[in-house]
Amino acid sequence: MNLPRGALGVLLVAALVVAGLVLPRWLVFLLALALAKGVAVLSVVVLMRAGLVSFGQGLFFAGAAYAAGFAMRWWGIREALLLVPWSVGLAVGLGALAGLLVARYRDIFFAMLTLALSMVLYGVLIKAYGVTGGSDGIRIPTPTLLGLQLSGDDARLVVYYLAVAATAAAAWAVGRYAAAPAGYLAHAVRDNEVRVAYLGAPVSRIVYAAFLLSSGLAGLGGALTALNVGHVDPGLAYWTTSGELVFIAVLGGTGTVLGPLAGAVVYELIRSYAFKYAPYAWQMLVGAAMLLIILFLPGGLWSPVERVWRRAQG
Amino acid sequence: MKTPILEVEDLTLHFGSITAAERETVIVYPGELVGIVGPNGAGKTTFLNLITGYLRPERGTIRFWGQDVVGLAPHQITALGVGRSFQIPQLFLTLTVRENVLVALATREGRWASVRRPLHEPARVQAADEVLLQFGLLAQADRPAGELPEGGRKLLDVAMAFALRPRLLLMDEPTSGVSAREKFQVMDTLVQALREGGITALFVEHDMDVVRRYATRVLVLSNGRILADGVPSEVLEDPEIRLAVTGRR
Amino acid sequence: MNQLLIIAVDGLVFASWLFLVSVGLSLIYGVLRILNIAHGSLFAVGAYAGASLVVAYSTAGLWAPGALGVLLVAALAAGLVAGPVIERGIIRWTYGREPVMQLLVTFSVFLILEDLTKLVWGVSPYYAYQPYQLLGQVRIGGIDYPAYSFLLLLVAALTGVGLWWFVRRTRFGRVVVAVIHDPEISVAMGVNLSRVYVTTFALGSVLAALGGAFTAPMISVVPGIGVEVIVLAFAVVVVGGLGSLEGAAAGALLIGLVRAAAVHLLPVLELFTIYLVMAAVLLVRPLGLFGRVEARRI
Repeated sequence: MNLPRGALGVLLVAALVVAGLVLPRWLVFLLALALAKGVAVLSVVVLMRAGLVSFGQGLFFAGAAYAAGFAMRWWGIREALLLVPWSVGLAVGLGALAGLLVARYRDIFFAMLTLALSMVLYGVLIKAYGVTGGSDGIRIPTPTLLGLQLSGDDARLVVYYLAVAATAAAAWAVGRYAAAPAGYLAHAVRDNEVRVAYLGAPVSRIVYAAFLLSSGLAGLGGALTALNVGHVDPGLAYWTTSGELVFIAVLGGTGTVLGPLAGAVVYELIRSYAFKYAPYAWQMLVGAAMLLIILFLPGGLWSPVERVWRRAQG
Repeated sequence: MKTPILEVEDLTLHFGSITAAERETVIVYPGELVGIVGPNGAGKTTFLNLITGYLRPERGTIRFWGQDVVGLAPHQITALGVGRSFQIPQLFLTLTVRENVLVALATREGRWASVRRPLHEPARVQAADEVLLQFGLLAQADRPAGELPEGGRKLLDVAMAFALRPRLLLMDEPTSGVSAREKFQVMDTLVQALREGGITALFVEHDMDVVRRYATRVLVLSNGRILADGVPSEVLEDPEIRLAVTGRR
Repeated sequence: MNQLLIIAVDGLVFASWLFLVSVGLSLIYGVLRILNIAHGSLFAVGAYAGASLVVAYSTAGLWAPGALGVLLVAALAAGLVAGPVIERGIIRWTYGREPVMQLLVTFSVFLILEDLTKLVWGVSPYYAYQPYQLLGQVRIGGIDYPAYSFLLLLVAALTGVGLWWFVRRTRFGRVVVAVIHDPEISVAMGVNLSRVYVTTFALGSVLAALGGAFTAPMISVVPGIGVEVIVLAFAVVVVGGLGSLEGAAAGALLIGLVRAAAVHLLPVLELFTIYLVMAAVLLVRPLGLFGRVEARRI
């Protein structure tokens, strides 16, 4: 049934693989960062489909990034295939705890409580200098893959392919979740909680499940970012980081999986230029763009493309 | 002697100085079709809200198949086999009409948390389309529920409750919003579906003709109290009752 | 005993600051049902306006105590310009949309204002210490306090009393209360909702700017000061109950005192007191101390 979409996914992955071989190094690095961010954006999208906006995904994003840093620093683990699952696991653990408090809330309460929680982490990361390096953060050494020592450009390329693989896996998982009863129930919660309860399904557990999935995705994005950048700092937990993810989700729309990922790539590309030429107007541009999209294109920039795509399929 | 499907005893709830329910006692047996009538503010919807756990009584017991359900949440009571439709249709407006029913079906299967198969499994889609056909909504299956006209929303709301195949169905004004001409047609469909499914039902209704024609029994509510309980043809002929319900002799 | 006094004074001073920066947020939410994330930016705009005007005023060598009046004027000007422009230009197009979308819109406004302040006032810090220095020190229980702290207390108290008077004793205030209570019935009764919304938003903006202007002399005014404020203000307002003015006061007092106690007794916890109080209150009363339950009709 989803064959066209599945084929599109395979094509895109193939294109990304080729891109790693032919594009200039700086662009490959940028792409890797964009994919990592895209995965974190998916974490926002999963919640948005349940009608929830989180301004605190930084909690899991930074939590996982620091988890990778600590594992390297304390235990000397440098194997990427160990670091990523460990970081994601920690993010899900954080999500399981935070979810106990926030899963009862909706709308602005949910948004602001998640925001507050991420700011608590930000405060801890800044203050606990001895452990976290304060505002300087922690350096992340080059990881190994399957025990192979990597260096320089090779390492970057390997981390890029890791990001491609992880993004493909995350996109597949989110797509499958969205098409399954669990994903539809989350959407149903957004539309009408009372009815969900009167169908016999526990609303709080549906929200909690979406929150866990979301924290895992944000964690995956954070872990990939840490390995890509080679450095983590408290800014990852700051609420404007989370806000940026929300913006990209609005930009890409929440109706598809590819939309947010494409949104992340476009966003990173534009930002790398805009930051250079208009450092003090960047946020303003982002804000104005978000306003325009919300007021005039509620389905995201992707939505006209999606419409054409649907029409083409009949 | 048959086992009661629903036993309500001494049910009491106040909102400040307003009496929402006062010592309401009702026993319903399988196969009954109970009409609930009464003036606005008599506590009809409150009665349904209490039974389904949306409101918690101050006092009294509610038993479903002998099991005490006071203190359970609506989703727990629903999972026991108590379905409900609403006065104001409660739909998933941005999902399609078919998806609304599919979600109900998946929940009935206990698969609300499932990620193993898609929602649109062929067998489930077929089951959903059967429900939609029964309620005359199949032609609208692919439209978002939000695009349905008022009457269609009402039907979909009831269809979702039916899709759960409850053992007890509570309907809050199933024919409001349906044109006078179509009222009996809709009720015919509902009653037939109830019989086929072996479903016991309570329904709140304003139209006395509908109650007379379909209900096997009628409860008259006023100011949170049960004023009368019996066969419609007898109860609704009582001038005092008529005055209380309709304000007319 | 002495320590209790210190905690009480510190707590009160911090509480009055919290009240100043959060009451406008609660007011706007109460009337418009919109959580204005840009509240923090309006605070920053007030701080910049206050700081730059005070610096200019002091450099001109005019009558020194007049600087306090300058702060007030700066807050009024900033709020009365920014508030109506934002409400009429942007916010009003979102009435009736999902709360989540409205939140994103105010977030967009926040982002725009953050950069606008940088473009208008630059990125170097402003120091408007003159009013702070002017008032000197006060000795209480053997400890010196900056007298400016008590000015803050006074400003907060006057703001609270003024708001109370406005809401309870003026015609417009009663209209506002009616709208908070039930917008639909108010419209049916002939209330001009647009006017109530724009006035309330302007008033809320003035309050945010007032908080910023009177904070300016105590800090160095730099980009980004508005960010913390929105989080703090939200915490205060949630503890008290969104949309309730009494709640904002109660929330500010509770958080202020608990934080002061933490600073002196358990310094490790200082950073988290606000969030701990918030989490504790929400667990017991999910809608805050003065929050009203709004059951949904089905």
